[in-house]
Amino acid sequence: MTLKTSSNEVLITGVGLASSLGADAEAHLARLFSGAPVTPAVDEARYAPYPVHPFAEVDFSREIPKKSDQRQMELWQRIGVYAAGLALSDAGIARNPELLDRTDLVVAAGSGERDTKVDCEVLEKLGPRDDAALLAKEVLPSALRPTLFLAQLSNMLAGNISIVHNVTGSSRTFMGEEMAGLAALENAHRRIAAGQAGLILVGGALNAEREDLLLGYEIGHNLWRGSHCPVWDREDGGGFVPGSIGAFVVLESKAHADARKAKPYGRLVAVETGHAQRERGAIVRTLADLLGRMRGLLPDGELPTLSGASGKRPATCEERVFLTQLASQNLNPIVRAYGSLLGHGVEAQFPAGIALAALALKSGRLPPPGGPESIEQPLSAPPQRVLVTGVGHWRGEGLALVEAVA
Amino acid sequence: MASRTLDHKGRPVVVVTGLGLVTSLGVGAETCWSRLVAGHSGIKPIRRFSTQGLKTTIAGTVDDLDVAPYSAFDLSTAMAESAAEEAISQAKIGRTASFPGPLIVATPPSEFEWPHLREIYDAHPNNALTGYKRLLANARRERFGGLARHVRFSAIADHLKQRFGTEGAPLSVCTACASGATTIQLGLEAIRRGATDAALCIGTDATVHPEGLIRFSLLSALSTANSEPTKASKPFSRTRDGFVMAEGAGALVLESYDAAKARGAKILGVVRGCGEKADEFHRTRSKPDGAAMIGAIRKTLADAGVEPHEIDYINAHGTSTPENDKMETLSLRAVLGDHLLRTPISSNKSMVGHTLIAAGSVEAVFSILTLERGVLPPTLNYDPDPDLPLDVVPEQSRQARVRTVLSNSFGFGGQNVCVVFSGEPA
Repeated sequence: MTLKTSSNEVLITGVGLASSLGADAEAHLARLFSGAPVTPAVDEARYAPYPVHPFAEVDFSREIPKKSDQRQMELWQRIGVYAAGLALSDAGIARNPELLDRTDLVVAAGSGERDTKVDCEVLEKLGPRDDAALLAKEVLPSALRPTLFLAQLSNMLAGNISIVHNVTGSSRTFMGEEMAGLAALENAHRRIAAGQAGLILVGGALNAEREDLLLGYEIGHNLWRGSHCPVWDREDGGGFVPGSIGAFVVLESKAHADARKAKPYGRLVAVETGHAQRERGAIVRTLADLLGRMRGLLPDGELPTLSGASGKRPATCEERVFLTQLASQNLNPIVRAYGSLLGHGVEAQFPAGIALAALALKSGRLPPPGGPESIEQPLSAPPQRVLVTGVGHWRGEGLALVEAVA
Repeated sequence: MASRTLDHKGRPVVVVTGLGLVTSLGVGAETCWSRLVAGHSGIKPIRRFSTQGLKTTIAGTVDDLDVAPYSAFDLSTAMAESAAEEAISQAKIGRTASFPGPLIVATPPSEFEWPHLREIYDAHPNNALTGYKRLLANARRERFGGLARHVRFSAIADHLKQRFGTEGAPLSVCTACASGATTIQLGLEAIRRGATDAALCIGTDATVHPEGLIRFSLLSALSTANSEPTKASKPFSRTRDGFVMAEGAGALVLESYDAAKARGAKILGVVRGCGEKADEFHRTRSKPDGAAMIGAIRKTLADAGVEPHEIDYINAHGTSTPENDKMETLSLRAVLGDHLLRTPISSNKSMVGHTLIAAGSVEAVFSILTLERGVLPPTLNYDPDPDLPLDVVPEQSRQARVRTVLSNSFGFGGQNVCVVFSGEPA
């Protein structure tokens, strides 16, 4: 969907980011944007052979004060509700009933945790018998907790954000792995640009520390096994290293932000998404088409780029080809694959890229190069704009452009 | 300001030019409609799996499509395909497999069912491992490519996009039991902002499987009136005791009025407006004062440019749970006042059951047909609840010209979405 008439500027006025590298945006500024080398936080033992980036030590009470609320959620929802709270606080919206009442919520979500103990119990008891239904029925009614079912539902991350933070303007949840994050950002951007909304909290979350999640992605062999390495270096079929991430941003029309004197990180200038069927070369063509729609906004020369590449091949290889070919358009992308540092956040990956782009503008830096020199080159000047890429491990391509506010 | 082309806020008027439906009453909008207005019920004993020992043993399953073995993914996809094909063919829009607009689809949770987990678990039975360690070890040894679709949230949309050739990245949406209405809202907004001239909006849900049933049962949400299945779903009745799970899919082709007229399409109805309001009170219950539902209805009327007294008929969410029907009545009363007592209302769920993710889509199709045919479908099993003063259309359909229909959709997680439809602009 291409916007014909874009009028309202879309500003980023709040960032909520929590991951294996830290509990909030400040921690990420210190770890990723100080110029010092970054060592990713990876646990290679717990789910071997799958490395994961475990969530940092976080005091959830900071953003989810009621223990009763915390008990209603598993880690996925807690990470998301926590990060959403950070973004609201950062934007100066938290605990402001008048603003929260008309803050629209857009969430990118998969599903929450299954009770893997119950699953195992059922599978064991099913052993000699065929009748799955009968046994599931004998075990489940006593083992399943009603609240856990609510923890699994995709829209209940949004539901809990409404409950804990009183965000009640509206609430929409997009699904579809990485496409969920692309759709959420695109929808939020389009609505504000067109004057259909003025203030939107948008983002997503992933809990990487889940055997049920690992199983879902190991079907089709999408996960990286063995030692952690940068996404560009993952050979054979490649694969992603799941990272626990909560990433939300507050987007706001310029008029709305000016009226309440909110200080923006930057301007979300464009979000373009595509959906290739992924025959050979399709990702390169799709990304080139998306870039074409925003080429007029990009001056020649250095283009600071935060790549959401997952490490799964061939998607990550094709993205690299696309980035390399930008030279023919007089663009020199200075790339940082943040998945090499935070891991892959699936639904939360694109929102995390937008959050990091905002921090890059604020700090005047990119994270230090972490991949092969041929693609992750040094940056010569503080970024004035950042291109964010989102290429799903199976489907979905997207680009966003975040620009400094003069 | 309002005209045929632009609405009261100067936005493009959005119309419906194609409808498609699959429910427990049958396949096809005409089949479902004729059975609905005749007062037939699609609720029956579950035959898909053994229900021995379960508290609830009935549902509005869809058994008319050839999908075997059953899986939520395969049946949800087949129903969505059937409904979309019908809607596109009625609208006569685009070329074959080339729909000129985006796909917006509401889909049920993507998850392994027990037969899938069993297949992975048993792939290497001599494995010394147990539990998820064994599942993961087996998944590493084989690709199980045939199972991936069940756990990919983008897979239904991907399949439908390929089949119908929709434009751009398809949207997969979940706002629980309001999801179908959300697809219409997203389509409406996209056309209004000039992003597209058309949108294919679909809701589909086929999750009557053991775990699906048990989960709602554990939330005490389901009717246990198993002995007479057709009498179990009794919205707004004194004796209502829960909803009846059901399956279905609804599809609508939305277009800008101008685009539809330009290609000579028959206009079936107008999407006048949508509104939503989230509830922060509780995960499964709404605020006792109904503030969020009331907010959603008010925002919808304001968006549509319709006064409360202009609502001629209400297609209720009407789940037949004690909570929903009470709160829905209270909220309608707060917005419509005494006009509510003179406004006929019915719940399609009394006959098709609660199609969950698809409900907003299924009921949107029925709402458009209500406008088009001048017939109000009945609410079966109505035994008036003195606490819910409503003009419920009981047992038999009623002939009535209606110009404006309010369709409500409310879901777990504080999701409240309403839509106002009206007839073709004069």
